[in-house]
Amino acid sequence: MRSKKLALPYAVWMAAFTLVPLILIITNSFQDSSGHFTFDNLYKAWEYREVFLYSLEIALVSTLICLLLAYPMSYMISRMSEKTQSIIIMLITVPMWMNFLLRLLGWVILLQNNGPIDTLLNLIGIDVQLKDNDGAVVLGMVYEYLPFMIMPLHTVMSKIDKSLIEAAQDLGSNGFNVFRKVVFPLSVPGIVSGITMVFVPSASTFLVAQYLGGNKKMIGDIIEQYFKSDQNTGSAIALCLMVVILLFIIITNQFGDEEAVGV
Amino acid sequence: MRKIHLPQKLYMLLIFIFLYAPIAVFVVLSFNDANSATNLDGFTFRWYKEVFDDRMLMQSLRNSLVIAFLSALFSTILGTTASIGMYNFRGAPRKIFQTISNIPIINPEIVTGFALMLFFTFFGRLCGFEMGFMTVLLAHIGFCTPYVILSVSPKIRQMDKHIYEAALDLGCNQLQAFFKVVFYELLPGIVSGFLISFTYSLDDFVISYFTCGPDFQTMPIVIYNSLRRPVYPKISALSTMLFVVIITVLLLTNLRDIRASKKEQK
Repeated sequence: MRSKKLALPYAVWMAAFTLVPLILIITNSFQDSSGHFTFDNLYKAWEYREVFLYSLEIALVSTLICLLLAYPMSYMISRMSEKTQSIIIMLITVPMWMNFLLRLLGWVILLQNNGPIDTLLNLIGIDVQLKDNDGAVVLGMVYEYLPFMIMPLHTVMSKIDKSLIEAAQDLGSNGFNVFRKVVFPLSVPGIVSGITMVFVPSASTFLVAQYLGGNKKMIGDIIEQYFKSDQNTGSAIALCLMVVILLFIIITNQFGDEEAVGV
Repeated sequence: MRKIHLPQKLYMLLIFIFLYAPIAVFVVLSFNDANSATNLDGFTFRWYKEVFDDRMLMQSLRNSLVIAFLSALFSTILGTTASIGMYNFRGAPRKIFQTISNIPIINPEIVTGFALMLFFTFFGRLCGFEMGFMTVLLAHIGFCTPYVILSVSPKIRQMDKHIYEAALDLGCNQLQAFFKVVFYELLPGIVSGFLISFTYSLDDFVISYFTCGPDFQTMPIVIYNSLRRPVYPKISALSTMLFVVIITVLLLTNLRDIRASKKEQK
């Protein structure tokens, strides 16, 4: 119990399976296929800057929509009785137990031409292209990561001391002011960790844009494309993605308690 | 507690419809007699029978379960010992340890997968092994252990240190004191760490995809390979079954928790 030595196996493990692979990504980024030092891979990665921007844009829009949808939801849940809360939270996490690829395919089937939603809309005279556009990609991301926004928000909101809200009401605040001055400031750590938990995976995910966006590619799809053909360029792109994500996390952490992130 | 008004109920209902819509698609397709995603053609149970005759699918399910069990087991052991060791660290070393441990959680999955692929091919060439069962298992232990640490560490901090000392005073050696006293105090954290690891491992596609090599397949990889073909009703049937099992287990544990908390209130 007192011994620091118990941490030794995991320390060795992390050195081998976390740090060495990351070092390999860095060294591979600056090598050509025969092992000579080069900057070519980074130039090649630079050519994908538009894909990078597209991925960040999709991730940003998806994160905002998740926040807008999840915030009222989490607030409502946090005001229910404790028993109901735990059941509702469980029901929100249940869909995540079905494989991500299957749920993605579920949306492909729902949104396709002559699929169920398209047929319904046609009946009332609306004819729109549901799939193969950026809206569908955002829908896929929001679907995939909405629970990651609801859960941290719910955690912080359910911990808000009810007597604080009552005190604000006693002191004459109306509903809006109670929200603005008490609930919102106390929920900031949840917002910060929710944003990280949605933004990071949606910026780096692959397959969603291919299947819902009509073969569009996000940065994850590009890395996957290089997985078998050119590992040096793949590494350079992965390195850039990692740096972007790291910057994002550092910036968001400025706004809140960093302990909340990653939990 | 305020009552929930109708618009709020409606809002929650819509969110739930959104969350469950694609799952409903699979439940419907698994009972659909036509081998297609667009035509509904009568009700059938045949996919549920055929699933068990599909050798590749059953093999991949077995692979997934074995990997999930072993990676949950090893990451629980590794993570629990690491949490106890880390508890004795102070200041900067602790911060560094924690940060490195969180890398697999924070880093995009695709980067972790790609990095491990580089690692395994590099050492595979040096030591003469190919990617397969072992590499997937190692990769899974790697991304599961941080979650075990996150669920065990708080329990160590909450634990009353004196009971460990009391056990030593009463004549236990360190190992006995751990298994007879400390272990039970940490048990809820250890169990939830094990369960998180098991489910994350079972569901993982990205990291397995990069580390599985040419001949080893888990369930999610078989699903991925079948995506390009017309929808595979047997996979719908198998997933529906797994889903029902998981929901039942979750509901039962949840109900048990609620009963337990009711008893406590009495």
